[in-house]
Amino acid sequence: MSKLKELEQLFTEGKITRREFIGRVSALGLMAAVSPALLSTKAKAATPKRGGRVILGSAGGSTTDSMDPGTLAHTMPQAINQTIRSNLVEVNYKGEPIPELAESWEASPDAVKWVFKLHQGVEFHNGKTMDADDVVYSFNEHRGEDTKSAAKGVVEPIKDIKADGKNTVIFTLAEANADFPFIASDYHIAIVPKGTKGKEYEKGVGTGPFILQAWEPGVRFFGTRNPNYFKSGRPYFDEVEFIGIADTNARTNALMTGQIDVMNRCEPKTFDRLEKAPNIQALKLEGARHYTIPMLTTIKPYDNNDVRLGLKYAIDREQMIKQVLRGYGYVGNDHPIPRNNQYFAKELPQRKYDPEKAKFHLKKAGMLDHTFNLHAADAAFPGAVDASVLIQESASKAGIKIKVVREPDDGYWENVWIKKEWVQCYWSGRPTADWMFSIAYAADANWNDTLWKHDKFNELLKGARAELDQKKRREMYVECQRIVSDEGATPVPAFALQLSAASKKLAFENPAANWEFDGLRLPERWWLA
Amino acid sequence: MSGLRGLVIRRILMGLVTMFVISLLIFVGVEALPGDLATAILGQEATPETVAAFRKELKLDLPPHVRYIAWLGDFMKGDLGTSLANKRPVAELISWRFANTIFLAASAAVLAVPLSILLGILAALYRNSLFDKTISMVTLSTISFPEFFVAYILIALLSVQLIIFPSISNINDQMSFAQKIYSIVLPCLTLTLVVMAHMMRQTRAAIINILASPFIEMARLKGIKRMRVIVLHAFPNALSPVINVVAINLAYLIVGVVIVEVVFVYPGLGQLLVDSVSKRDIPVVQASGLIFAAVYVSLNLLADVASILTNPRMRNPK
Repeated sequence: MSKLKELEQLFTEGKITRREFIGRVSALGLMAAVSPALLSTKAKAATPKRGGRVILGSAGGSTTDSMDPGTLAHTMPQAINQTIRSNLVEVNYKGEPIPELAESWEASPDAVKWVFKLHQGVEFHNGKTMDADDVVYSFNEHRGEDTKSAAKGVVEPIKDIKADGKNTVIFTLAEANADFPFIASDYHIAIVPKGTKGKEYEKGVGTGPFILQAWEPGVRFFGTRNPNYFKSGRPYFDEVEFIGIADTNARTNALMTGQIDVMNRCEPKTFDRLEKAPNIQALKLEGARHYTIPMLTTIKPYDNNDVRLGLKYAIDREQMIKQVLRGYGYVGNDHPIPRNNQYFAKELPQRKYDPEKAKFHLKKAGMLDHTFNLHAADAAFPGAVDASVLIQESASKAGIKIKVVREPDDGYWENVWIKKEWVQCYWSGRPTADWMFSIAYAADANWNDTLWKHDKFNELLKGARAELDQKKRREMYVECQRIVSDEGATPVPAFALQLSAASKKLAFENPAANWEFDGLRLPERWWLA
Repeated sequence: MSGLRGLVIRRILMGLVTMFVISLLIFVGVEALPGDLATAILGQEATPETVAAFRKELKLDLPPHVRYIAWLGDFMKGDLGTSLANKRPVAELISWRFANTIFLAASAAVLAVPLSILLGILAALYRNSLFDKTISMVTLSTISFPEFFVAYILIALLSVQLIIFPSISNINDQMSFAQKIYSIVLPCLTLTLVVMAHMMRQTRAAIINILASPFIEMARLKGIKRMRVIVLHAFPNALSPVINVVAINLAYLIVGVVIVEVVFVYPGLGQLLVDSVSKRDIPVVQASGLIFAAVYVSLNLLADVASILTNPRMRNPK
């Protein structure tokens, strides 16, 4: 039966077509066991309906949230931002960049100069027509000396932005980047009217599918359909409401009793029960979120690759998936590229728990007597402390001594991460291999949390960024993954699935997993069945 | 009565001093926590440059005593300042939440206070009977469970199984009074169950204590019925401790219900305080902390005044 479940999953996620699904299930002789609802919702899916209200119960909201695109710290404000504002580029469920406010774009052959043509006649909620100056302004909010934007590092590669007339924006990059459109899809870089500053951001004027009517940080957002939205037919709902619900049980109860229509971050312990609930569609999606255990290569003995490899072999990944993620995840191969990425290196053998090899490498480094301090707090990811204890256990079977140092959740990113020698960490992942490597593995990256410098890797990364030939590019990224996996300082033991659930009242096609809530765009993409 | 007025004035002045000390403690406490608003908001995505720019914009780069004195100066002028995180005026952030907190606390109090006093009186009346033992056992059980557990049990029974009441109480302005009352039934019940035992037991104990006094014996000897003895003779004399325990529980209903707010998604002051502390949003923490302190100070004062008024012996201290 688990095979059937898997097929159903692939089908709901749109990984296989209806025809394929029926074919493969028939082949198993299990057609009678398929829930008729599964096929019928899908059949309805073809014709989105207008009207109604969707209520999202969201974790990841705080009363200190702000609508300043530079400081969107949590999922709830991020999703609200994408509900009222648009970007130049959208990323679809396949992970491809598609036009949004930009109608089209073109790169110079060396991928340094990028020309974006804007959609014409798009109006902000306040009636102002969106033009190239607004786009330039919105990008500049994240650049320069005085910016406090969390996206400063993302737009750093941009050397110059200028408007060419009302409908064209020209970007000149410091160096070639074939993936530049993805950067323009970053949720921080939503397009706002020129001159928006500080407090005015809270009014939420954008070009997005819904218009802000009420917004109380961490508590509630209410928006109504933007009648002048530039994407024809969209959005389908008349109204959208977000309710901040921090407690997982409260979110689940609210969904079960129909007070909300969708929830994010389901509890893995009880997810199988949601899957069986009659009025609920439980979604588990494969995104790019992964857990890492970076080591600072500037501190002895982590400068020695034998130490790093030995510790990588000492981690029992399978057990971590089973116990910490309750099975809702898959093992990582010590690099940050998820298996659904087009450049994922299938050819690399999966690193497994191997006490013998672990011992061998640490003996070679002369470090069998050393006690390794592993710093952890659940701020890194839920279950990080348990995961550390598991690692301590599995390593002790190889004769390796690890001491788990519990750190406070408060100030974890400031005082522990990139400060202590070996720590627990997570990454929500990025849409491209280049982006992920560039922010956390490149020698000059802002968040290179291992301070790892590998000349060959850095050269390859730079080369791949500018390479427009897909085949060559793939080879380069595979090599990058091999180097990070074998010589990097970041064990990547696990990728986590994204667990969410929705009422059967709602319909959708192919939910994206790049961010929560269908790539933060659920209010625009879903409709009432 | 002039003694009472003097006492009230003295206590108010003491209260103000207390509040000043509390504001200082809160400030020092939040400063002592690792990090500040800039690092808390930017989190994993922080870089030294963006943190510095953020601090400059919020004037967090100034030394702590300068910031405290500036805050105190504004506060004296009645200006609570603006939230560092989203630039909203603190007064605006707090006012409607405080009203919500009071609304829930008042609803729970209206239910819990008369009920527990009544049960306390009845328990004293039928002391050591099956009724007394049952009431004690039930209320002591509900107070012994953590409040989120009581809340989840109520949700499971009355919201998920029986579908009578909503499981979340996210009230907003568009709701009518009746709708609001309907949506807060479960948190109200939870709080009632949590605070009842304390008040009920105190009432019972105080009355039983008084029942041993000679004047009660006198009343009994005169042939007055037990019910009348308890309600008219014993209870008024037991009021002082009962008022004090009621005041403590009222204060708890206002300042101590963060967990109930979280479980029921109730937009009160508690969640704001928790979020503001975790993000180091000092002006908001200061203002909410001071409101909570003021609630305690004034409820204690009220309890003392009420005790004195109900007890002639304390009105004229020797």
